[in-house]
Amino acid sequence: MLRLVSTVSRPTSTGLLGKVVSTHTPQCSSAFSATCSRGADITLTVDGKEVTVPQGSALIQACEAAGATIPRFCYHDRLAIAGNCRMCLVEVERSPKPVASCAMPAMPGSKVFTNTPLVHEAREGVMEFLLANHPLDCPVCDQGGECDLQDQSMRYGSDRTRFHEITGKRAVENKDMGPLVKTSMNRCIQCTRCVRFANEVAGIEELGTTGRGNDMQIGTYVEKTMDSEMSGNIVDLCPVGALTSKPYAFHARPWELKNTESVDVMDAVGSNIRIDSRGVQVMRIQPKTNDDVNEEWINDKTRYAFDGLRFQRLTTPLVKQGDRFVPATWENALTAIAEGLTASGAKGDEIQAVAGHLADTEAMVALKDLVNRLGSDNLGLDQPGGNRPPIHGVDVRSNYLFNATIPGVEKADAILLVGTNPRHEAAVLNSRIRKSWLHTPVEIALIGERADTAYGYDYLGDSAKALADFVAGKGAFADKFKNAKNPLIIVGSALSEHPDGKSMYNDLANFVEKNKERLVTPTWNGFSVLQRVASRPAAYDVGFVPSQRASTTKPKFVYLLNADELDPASIPQDAFVVYHGHHGDLGAQLADVCLPATAYTEKATTWVNTEGRTQMGRAAVSAPGVAREDWKIVRALSEVIGTPLPYDDVLALRDRLWEISPTLVRYDTTEATSVDVALAGLKLIASQTAGAKAVGTPLRRPITNFYQTDPISRASVTMAQCTRAFVKGENYGFSEVGKGSQAAFA
Amino acid sequence: MFKASPSSSQTLLRAASSASRVSRPFRAKLRTSRSLATVADPPVRRYGGLKDQDRIFTNAFCRHDHGIKGAMARGDWHRTKDILLKGDSWIIQSIKNSGLRGRGGAGFPSGLKWSFMNKPGWEKDPRPRYLVINADEGEPGTCKDREILRGDPHKLIEGCLVAGRSMNATAAYIYIRGEFYQEASHVQQAINEAYAAGFLGKNACGSGYSFDVYVHRGAGAYICGEETALIESIEGKQGKPRLKPPFPADVGLFGCPTTVANVETVAVAPTICRRGSSWFAGFGRERNQGTKLYCISGHVNNPCVVEEEMSIPLRELIDKHCGGVVGGWDNLLGIIPGGSSVPVIPIDVCGEVLMDYDSLKDAGTGLGTGAVIVMNKSTDIVSAIARLSHFYKHESCGQCTPCREGTTWMMNMMDRMVEGRGHVREIDMLLEITKQVEGRTICALGDAAAWPIQGLMRHFRPEVERRIADFRALNGAVGFGGHLASAADDTLALPDNLGLRLPEANAQVAAP
Repeated sequence: MLRLVSTVSRPTSTGLLGKVVSTHTPQCSSAFSATCSRGADITLTVDGKEVTVPQGSALIQACEAAGATIPRFCYHDRLAIAGNCRMCLVEVERSPKPVASCAMPAMPGSKVFTNTPLVHEAREGVMEFLLANHPLDCPVCDQGGECDLQDQSMRYGSDRTRFHEITGKRAVENKDMGPLVKTSMNRCIQCTRCVRFANEVAGIEELGTTGRGNDMQIGTYVEKTMDSEMSGNIVDLCPVGALTSKPYAFHARPWELKNTESVDVMDAVGSNIRIDSRGVQVMRIQPKTNDDVNEEWINDKTRYAFDGLRFQRLTTPLVKQGDRFVPATWENALTAIAEGLTASGAKGDEIQAVAGHLADTEAMVALKDLVNRLGSDNLGLDQPGGNRPPIHGVDVRSNYLFNATIPGVEKADAILLVGTNPRHEAAVLNSRIRKSWLHTPVEIALIGERADTAYGYDYLGDSAKALADFVAGKGAFADKFKNAKNPLIIVGSALSEHPDGKSMYNDLANFVEKNKERLVTPTWNGFSVLQRVASRPAAYDVGFVPSQRASTTKPKFVYLLNADELDPASIPQDAFVVYHGHHGDLGAQLADVCLPATAYTEKATTWVNTEGRTQMGRAAVSAPGVAREDWKIVRALSEVIGTPLPYDDVLALRDRLWEISPTLVRYDTTEATSVDVALAGLKLIASQTAGAKAVGTPLRRPITNFYQTDPISRASVTMAQCTRAFVKGENYGFSEVGKGSQAAFA
Repeated sequence: MFKASPSSSQTLLRAASSASRVSRPFRAKLRTSRSLATVADPPVRRYGGLKDQDRIFTNAFCRHDHGIKGAMARGDWHRTKDILLKGDSWIIQSIKNSGLRGRGGAGFPSGLKWSFMNKPGWEKDPRPRYLVINADEGEPGTCKDREILRGDPHKLIEGCLVAGRSMNATAAYIYIRGEFYQEASHVQQAINEAYAAGFLGKNACGSGYSFDVYVHRGAGAYICGEETALIESIEGKQGKPRLKPPFPADVGLFGCPTTVANVETVAVAPTICRRGSSWFAGFGRERNQGTKLYCISGHVNNPCVVEEEMSIPLRELIDKHCGGVVGGWDNLLGIIPGGSSVPVIPIDVCGEVLMDYDSLKDAGTGLGTGAVIVMNKSTDIVSAIARLSHFYKHESCGQCTPCREGTTWMMNMMDRMVEGRGHVREIDMLLEITKQVEGRTICALGDAAAWPIQGLMRHFRPEVERRIADFRALNGAVGFGGHLASAADDTLALPDNLGLRLPEANAQVAAP
């Protein structure tokens, strides 16, 4: 892989790397990015208006700051500058030719004109050239209504074409990029945004341009699917309809859609998303810009797994009679649970609740309160070893959170990955590491199963021994790590589930403790745990973990809250099982009563991401059938059982959240743990794991199939196709559709 | 100066063209009346007729040994150490004083360009610094650099060393066009010989200055002759021009300060340093000094590459060195004086211009690389320019919109103009399209594609109009884009702006 550590190709993006603009927006809210560097400011005149921008800004940013809209196709502020569409031409005083404003640095004192006859003439000329070979298929183009070319041709295009050549327009073969990205290459205007995204952010260096001049094509040359977790973003980036979403093809027009800004739950990054819905259906999911979390990207599971929301849904309460489920009313179902609880004779810790991947914070709090009121501390998590108290404990937040914060990753100059493959566990975070790897001389090493991470790393080994060697200072990387200014250890969430987890946590805690002057400082906490499951940080925050005593108790009553990953053998045969969730997946099969709940697109709930950033999801569509909001189900059940919970509306419940931890209602920020507390937490780990012996089991990646990790993505047709195409490498069967039959219709 | 009076210069040039009248004291003729004024007119200087002892490229035709022995016999590597020891500012000042302008086409003053490498504080920059020699000679009509590479490679290598010393470069890359196999071999041989003789490498020529020279062979793309595309190509990427700024002198090859220079520019540098800048500046007009290799091709009796003084009249160049135009001067149709990317000039302009940057610029064309393409009346000028449009369409890198789309569009229109299949209004439209391409692109290829068409329409528009009229007479009305009115199917909803029903061409003239 070509790694170019230079400033030439650096994107002008926001984020800590190459931060050039948007210093006036309060993005530096988190503790770490408060130190984000600001260059000197320069002042120039745009259309007679003085504007001050940071040094190193592109002219286009200065013009934007002055309120002049500059049309553009190739320029994107998170990608390297190509300067090839020539749409952003402006006039600069004492420059004989119009200047491409995206490629020209803003110079102090220069006079820029964005609205002169020369500028208009130049842009109209470029627009004419772009339209000359662009097919007139807007009525059947999926980009219609949100197409940059369409929008800008309304301003700079002519109503009649001058292009009447008998040779006709350019025709380009479509490319097969897999089950996610549909191509219509006739529409391509060669802006190369997708190429730059693939090379810089996603790390797929196969995508590029071949051919020259008018024969230039975007593609992989050797036909190849675009095997990346981030590939869906090129659909957003494409300013025309050349790259569109295959699952969404011909499903809706943008003006029919209702936009709801929400939070993604497919991983623990908490990417900000925009849910586009029509009626009761989610039509698509798009990223919402948040520089502190996902910048402008989301991964493919976030984007495309939503079609799983249409299949396998629990729409009505189900009660098991014999070996079959019978639909029931809510009343009957809740009564059946109350009866089952009594009949099972579960007392105290024999009542177990298990919180799954997609459990929201409100429901977990309500369920924990209910179970506690019933005298039980048996609160399990849906993960291997989830019925034992976690190694890192839940008393100190910094023990289980990603303390360096996601934007902070870019500050790190040495990164050690322990038992994690961020590419699958937090794809968006992984692209940040790649950005850092491309543009800074950061050193990265991996302990765990080898993986293609989209950046280079030193491989240290796959077991506790490798970590012990590193901690002992053996190996070249240990030296590099010692000399780093902002060293970062990213600990995978799977480490606490590993047989050697205790010994490795012990090593790590001692190592961090020993190097605290660099790893734990007021401005930098280099010990970061990367959670991979959306509900987990909140579960730890609210203390949804079993007590030592409860973990040895055999449950007689099990309440599965969205728990679908568990081992069926872990549930005792004679236990009464309630499944509360939205999909008929594994958990529902084990249940005696199924309670239909809402999926993340259907409820306004709190989610805490791996940094401990609390974000509010919002309901985009209504729940199917008689499904109800999760916390309300628990509240209703508590009434039926006879131990009513003390909150009647969500505001009262959020007051309860505040009681548990004020961070749960401080939205969109991260709160750093103070140095003293963080060190105390590490001491706690060290003391609790002292004396643990490693057996040397190799670390395995927790996610073997990125595309199917939870009930929603397992129910998704698109994700199934992705699994076939990318994980199994089979023909996913989409590109053949229409090849034969469509020709017959035409 | 003498260009001030056009009539007198015409007279003068006509005089210069005829050998029998050279001796005539025509200065007297210029005086309008006798007077008592004692101020003598400045002596009129005619250019051309470079003497053999003033030639720099003495083995341009590869008649002699191109190896180090022959080169040293011709004076190369003579006291190079002393030149190097004079230091960077002395070399740059010499080049500045000599008035040398870049021989690659743009004509940027070389001394100034080289001095960009030595910005204040350059010593503190830890990056290596590169000199890149552009030997990717691909402009149609141009064949001067290959003669240097083949016959006088040591001049180039020594030039690399001298120019490299002047800009404190650590190494030079010579980017040779892929098709130039023998040339690359000769250059590589010269480099090997120079290394063996201790002229290159550590302590080059014993001067204490270390300098390496590498040859990089291109893979055959005209655009790789553009300086930033050439840098990309050496780096192993697609040869697509970079955005400027940053200029190569700041961020160039491998992100380091770089200067890209033409072969000829660099190859003359040692001779200038040896013989003195005033010697070099003695040739040619002010601001256009020096000698230059001209490559004359096309309809001349003796196509050749020849070193001549700058500012030599075009007609003298052709008559003296090429045995005249095939069929005589009056059989001349037009000349492209500087390689395919400059506009063509018709015979009346050809008779007057001097072969230098300024005179040709005033004539609405350019010196370019000094590649004179002569076309006599047997030429189909429209077809010739259409062929150039094909070339530029084929060589456009496709990076930026106006060039990618414009070159194809222009090529298609020119193809139709060759047979006259078009509407007479489309000539102006074609010109408008050339204007939409020109000056809107990242590199100069867009300009280069536009200028030949502009030149054609400026000087040979009647010919194009005649063809359109002829085609129309033969095939009936033709609409925009070459659609024949006879082929139009009226049962279809054709757009109304195809121009099929427009009145005749001559009727339009009357219309306001």
